Amino acid sequence: MRSYEVVFISAPATTEDDITKLTSQLEHVVNDKGGKVTKIDNWGRRKLAYRIRKFDEGVYTLLYLESNGREISEIERRLRVTDFVIRYLTVRTDEDLKRAEKMKTKRKNLLTPRDNDDDFDMDDVIEEELADDDN
Amino acid sequence: MPKPSDFDNDDKNGKPMRSPRGSSRRRRVSRLSAEKIDYIDYKDVKLLQSFIAENGKIMPRRLTGVTAWQQRKLSEAIKRARNIALLPVTKY
Repeated sequence: MRSYEVVFISAPATTEDDITKLTSQLEHVVNDKGGKVTKIDNWGRRKLAYRIRKFDEGVYTLLYLESNGREISEIERRLRVTDFVIRYLTVRTDEDLKRAEKMKTKRKNLLTPRDNDDDFDMDDVIEEELADDDN
Repeated sequence: MPKPSDFDNDDKNGKPMRSPRGSSRRRRVSRLSAEKIDYIDYKDVKLLQSFIAENGKIMPRRLTGVTAWQQRKLSEAIKRARNIALLPVTKY
């Protein structure tokens, strides 16, 4: 099961209604293809770091998904087609989160009390260990 | 791992040119390792902001002290954040 994050920015004048309609449409797409929407985050209006399509503010909405990935292209297609969506980004997160978990457990196992811990960076040791695992 | 250059007594800046250590001080632990941050989130603007310069550029590793892996992940996260206008691409 892969986990994804889809974040899209809507024009500042968009009504909450329009956005809810869009998110429920997207939820439908996900559920039809056998996935699950774990969380929907709405950051509301936010100042953009740079102007997009003449707008200086935008409404940020996030979708957290768990699925096999087959609906991503459909989701992106819908976002592209929607008029008030000015930007979107899809990120696959399961590999990174898995690695973060691994690092956390390795950290607990490897940590032995030492006098001089600033000889080297523990994370370098962990990274070496993980690199060996991957080989 | 201790490097051979760690055995030098030289800790000051402005060393003679032949020393390869340059301007970085004696080996410091990465800030991200110290805070035990394993997942660098592109949405975490506060964290990412401390790794970009005044003009919005990503700071080099020798200034921030992060590990190579962390630098790659930071770079990826910052570029994503720039993509969705959470971070500026350039500031004059």
